[in-house]
Amino acid sequence: MKALEYDTVVIGGGPAGVAAAIKATELGLKTVLVENRDLLGGIPLQCVHPGFGLHYFKEDLTGTQFIARLLDKLEKLGVERLLKAHVHSIEYLDYNNKVVNVITSKGVVKIFAKTIIYAAGARERHLFEIGVVGDRPDGIYTAGEAQTLVDIYGIMPGKEIVIIGSGDVGLIMARRFTLEGAKVKAVIEILQYPGGLMRNVLQCLNDFNIPLLLGHTAVKVVGKKRVEKVVVAKVDENLKPIEGTEFEIPCDTVILSAGLRPYLGVLEKLGISIDPTTGGPVVNEYLETSIPGIFVAGNALVINDLVDYVVEQGELAAEGAKVFIENNGIPTKNWKLFEKGRNIRLVVPHYVSGERDVIVYARVAYPERNVYVEIPEIGLKLFNYGVRPAQMIRLRLRKDMFSKLGADVNKILLEVKPR
Amino acid sequence: MSSELELTCIMCPASCTLKVTVEGNKVVKVEGNQCPLGAEFAKTEISNPVRYVMSVVKVKGGDLPTVSVITRKPVPKNCIWQVMEALAKVEVEAPVEIEDVILRDICGTDIIATRRVKRVLRE
Repeated sequence: MKALEYDTVVIGGGPAGVAAAIKATELGLKTVLVENRDLLGGIPLQCVHPGFGLHYFKEDLTGTQFIARLLDKLEKLGVERLLKAHVHSIEYLDYNNKVVNVITSKGVVKIFAKTIIYAAGARERHLFEIGVVGDRPDGIYTAGEAQTLVDIYGIMPGKEIVIIGSGDVGLIMARRFTLEGAKVKAVIEILQYPGGLMRNVLQCLNDFNIPLLLGHTAVKVVGKKRVEKVVVAKVDENLKPIEGTEFEIPCDTVILSAGLRPYLGVLEKLGISIDPTTGGPVVNEYLETSIPGIFVAGNALVINDLVDYVVEQGELAAEGAKVFIENNGIPTKNWKLFEKGRNIRLVVPHYVSGERDVIVYARVAYPERNVYVEIPEIGLKLFNYGVRPAQMIRLRLRKDMFSKLGADVNKILLEVKPR
Repeated sequence: MSSELELTCIMCPASCTLKVTVEGNKVVKVEGNQCPLGAEFAKTEISNPVRYVMSVVKVKGGDLPTVSVITRKPVPKNCIWQVMEALAKVEVEAPVEIEDVILRDICGTDIIATRRVKRVLRE
């Protein structure tokens, strides 16, 4: 067993972790990046469609092109990395000392660090979480698994496909399956609006006449060895199946696209505070969790719809680590808690200082047209043509906007109001 | 005679809902777009809708079994299947660099690689 010492350990080699490792190195921190696969890049490696980088690189890139640019930068900086390395646990020794226990092919490695940036991404929700009962034969995949099969390995999961849930990856894969010669029989969505972006509904489903069944649910999967059919029903306003509306869709493959949850693993065992609305840790504006010196970024923090935001969070967390190390802890004394007002489902970060510019990410609870996004305490009022749950709201709040706030204010409200 | 229709802009994830006024097959007015790309999209979507086509093609001797590809420019919607059929017959040899041309001159554009595949020696 050998011991290593760093300013920061970045856990996870996807876009958030790679961006964090680049930024931390640029800021002069001694950094190591830990990844459990044998290659860096994470999910964008299998995203062959464009729409990446419009904000960050001001260019329309595919996921594969986007991540290649980041990895080239990482390579140039010569950031240390540990591949095929599984993080077994984190030990919190004291304010400035943490240990990350990593299992590698050469044995267990103990990494000592002042700070940790956790960027292990998300996991996909599975059948048991969305209440689909029935058989569990071959032929059931999550959308991400199917994407790995098709777009990395060139293997099709089946010929006649039903997609449960209308998240973006499911929509993207509906088009990929169709182009590769499979028949996508339907996309089933329990809500009255699609889970993914409208542009994907248009160019992935409508372009190929793939039916999107809104207000429907998959009641059960049927099949002995292989999937044979899915039983589908209409739902009422409480999202319960309406008796007598059931019908069957014969198919050999079921793809699940029912959303993502932050993957917290070793952080949960440490006992960090978790926000039930994001499924990720509670953080301040430096993206520091409730445990001092442990930061979190990307989909492990909150499910993002743009990789650009994921990268931004990686960089913010690296800046946070730098401030932590320089000041022997984050220096802010008075935090203001974000309160979720009308039509706000989640907001990140949870605490802001008002001492510096801050970027806020939020999601609405339901779609609404012609609204204002408001933070009354600082006089922010932004018009929006239409807000949708699938589309993250990103706000940049400047330091000077907080100047009229009294020092005793410890809460600020974020809300969406009709025009 | 002019008519009105609704389109969803696909130029970026903002997915603006466009209200488009059309005379014949000419766009005379676009509303609801938050940037100039929306008006541009409406015009081509009405007269000659175009899409990027992306896929993967097989790679021999690489660290990954496929390379991802995309049309350099969006192609007319009715060309999508022509591109896919041509790509189905292609197999390339590693290494592949991003922007390498995989297939030349199809539907008025080239197909380029979007993923790097390194050469590996296997027994």
